[in-house]
Amino acid sequence: MAIVLSFAIYGAALVFILGCAMRAWKYARMPVHLRWELYPVPHEEPELVGHGGSSFETLNWWNKPARFHLWGEVRFMVPEMVFLKGLWEFNRRLWLCSFPFHFGLYLLAAAAALLLVTPERWSWAYEATAVAGSALAIGGAAGLLIRRLATRELRIYTRPGDIFNLAFFIVTLCLLLAAWASQPSGTPGLRTILGSLLTFDSAVQVPPLLAAGLGLAALLAAYIPFTHMSHFIAKYFTYHSVRWDDSSVFRDPDLPRKIAQYLSYRPAWSAPHIGANGTKTWADVAAANPAREGKR
Amino acid sequence: MKQPDSLNEMSREERSPLAHLENEDLMPLPAPLDSPAKDHNWTALSEQTRERYECGLDDTCAVSVPKPKNRQEEDELVAKFLSGLDKLFTQENNWTFLQPLVLTMEHCAQCQTCSEACHIFEASGGNELYRPTYRSEILRRLYFKYVQGGGLLSAWQHGDIRLNWPLVARLIELSYRCNLCRRCAQTCPIGADNGLVAHELRKLFSQEMGIAAKELHDNGTMLQLKAGSSTGMNAEAVKDNIDFIDEDISEKTGIAVKTPWDVEGADVLLIHNAGEILAWPENPGAFALILDAAGISWTLSSELAAYDSVNYGLWYDDAQFARVAVKHAEAARKLKVKKIVLGECGHAHKALAVIADRVLTGELAIPRESSMTLLRDIVMSGRLTLNPSRNDFPVTLHDPCNLVRLMGVVEPQREIVRAICPRFREMEPHGVDNFCCGGGSGFAIMSGHNFQDWRFHVSGRKKLEQILNAFSDCLEPETPKYICAPCSNCKGQFRDMLAYYRLWDKHRILYGGLVELIVNAMTDVKPGFIEWEWH
Repeated sequence: MAIVLSFAIYGAALVFILGCAMRAWKYARMPVHLRWELYPVPHEEPELVGHGGSSFETLNWWNKPARFHLWGEVRFMVPEMVFLKGLWEFNRRLWLCSFPFHFGLYLLAAAAALLLVTPERWSWAYEATAVAGSALAIGGAAGLLIRRLATRELRIYTRPGDIFNLAFFIVTLCLLLAAWASQPSGTPGLRTILGSLLTFDSAVQVPPLLAAGLGLAALLAAYIPFTHMSHFIAKYFTYHSVRWDDSSVFRDPDLPRKIAQYLSYRPAWSAPHIGANGTKTWADVAAANPAREGKR
Repeated sequence: MKQPDSLNEMSREERSPLAHLENEDLMPLPAPLDSPAKDHNWTALSEQTRERYECGLDDTCAVSVPKPKNRQEEDELVAKFLSGLDKLFTQENNWTFLQPLVLTMEHCAQCQTCSEACHIFEASGGNELYRPTYRSEILRRLYFKYVQGGGLLSAWQHGDIRLNWPLVARLIELSYRCNLCRRCAQTCPIGADNGLVAHELRKLFSQEMGIAAKELHDNGTMLQLKAGSSTGMNAEAVKDNIDFIDEDISEKTGIAVKTPWDVEGADVLLIHNAGEILAWPENPGAFALILDAAGISWTLSSELAAYDSVNYGLWYDDAQFARVAVKHAEAARKLKVKKIVLGECGHAHKALAVIADRVLTGELAIPRESSMTLLRDIVMSGRLTLNPSRNDFPVTLHDPCNLVRLMGVVEPQREIVRAICPRFREMEPHGVDNFCCGGGSGFAIMSGHNFQDWRFHVSGRKKLEQILNAFSDCLEPETPKYICAPCSNCKGQFRDMLAYYRLWDKHRILYGGLVELIVNAMTDVKPGFIEWEWH
């Protein structure tokens, strides 16, 4: 049993990392799209960010050097990632469930890190973090599930997978919490057991509740990258590559080369006014004038 | 209120509308429009219209798609739709927006945070059909089912949807129930973009099926590429009109104005929305007067499409968008100007200055600038002598979405208004959090069947509320009031909406541009440039 769990934990971690990397790679290698930013863009000049301004507010902006203010992005990102600031501002009711859920997961991740880096005498810190994280995540997930089932505006859009996903978290974390709560005194602590599993110690005795919880947790970790729950990856791109991507051909010397490549693509759109015939490139299409060629 | 209870209602074969609104259902307005009973009745679509066109969505019909004659025609249209859907997700066909579209398809958490940010959803009284995620979720389910391969597991995880012609026909209409203001995207915790979904749907219908709103395509980009302007004016006609405007402005202001044409080597190529020349001639006239007074070296161009900054392709078709943008840049290159300055037109700003940035490379990469920025420089540098007391009436400022949230030009126009309008007051919210005028994405020029009823009652309602609140302390007709809207499209919406609700007749609420306020305050100019007359 122990050895199966050891392999499951490492296997799940591998699938999780590979799945996330594949998803990130899929988005990263897509073409640079047309500019589609939304203001405020936090890496703009600080005096502009406050009111949502851009370099377009500066006379002859293309003659000024572009300055990227990383601190502006950090100041936006940290409260957004840690406290879900956007949800707090725009959907407070949902934040009441979503924040504990996400913060609970952060605590669980922190507990995993503590497990790896802290000495045995710090077990209490590891266990306190893990228990608090589980409790918060279970409460948050239960709240999200109840909202999803009880609210008409959410129910219409809810798919079976959404219910399954939340239930998956709740059941997994409840099992782990129950395993912690029910461990008999005098037996090895959770930290010891997990440490043994990570070192492929086949002799360790894993209580059934804990084994079930760990098995489900491994499955859950391997499942996440293949669902919309991997939005922690997507969010990097939706912010950095879309909302905040204000790079311009006047300032980014690499852009014209990329655009030249895209303009050599051959579109196959069928409407007559496009004039795509399999040989024309996007550059040809953009240079054409269907209104003076008698089309459509 | 009649509204859909599920996504699958979009596939209902029976063509009766999925949604119906009564005045009582709508978001309440403040005084003096606070009585739903006294509000206009909606014009009903005629039986003939319903028989001839696909009008199975709601109370109106924006695109007028003819009903297929038989099942075979329906099946062919569905097949075309599927072919376009596939192309929408390939980089060869849609490199322009593939990444943000796929991110939106794959990561919406259905939390509905966006709904409360949408002025159309709110104004409709929360009708499900107008929820930003309603149309997006349909496209999302089609994406997973037909582009990603579908299957039982996918249906379980991503939901299922029945594809048939009624669904496609309703989706065509539904893609024209969004102003593309992207206020929803601004609030999305993940960064999904429901405005983009409406844009991409319109693109699919146009680029693959040849279906688009007539006002945007036939009478819009095609006319612009044929005659030179979506107004239908050719170069000779526009020059005649500008001559007339020069004469009129010279007489009215006491300052001789002569608009320069095709001046090679000028510093600035100014491009107006040509609608201004016909509907609000005082605007290009005021521009000419200010640029001359400030000593700017400038010109207009009489090249095809270069005297009309509109680019309706922005709203529905990437190819048409690129063609118009290229025409604008080519004219600037030919004249060897130092920069293009965009007149008071929000979508022209966004189209040419922002989105076309990644289309116009090499010798077409001519710098583009907002007239707001140039005007701020002129006004704040003291090159004009201005007397703010000439603008001593309540003024509020409308923020065109394309200029503020989508381009980041927020303060220049405010600095000017604060400097020259002593009774300026903001709408709430404003700046990048503004609400669309309700005419965005082409609606201001769309009026087929009873579409105007919808855009005044629903898409323009939130802005109407903001205007009434901004002037709530001075609604009496003795006090003339001015909505400063530095965007031609928005002005069109205000003109029609204020007339519809008789807010000029009863409360003396007028609208106009920014340059009119500047000229009105110029001490060299005869007093009374702004005429308190309805136009």
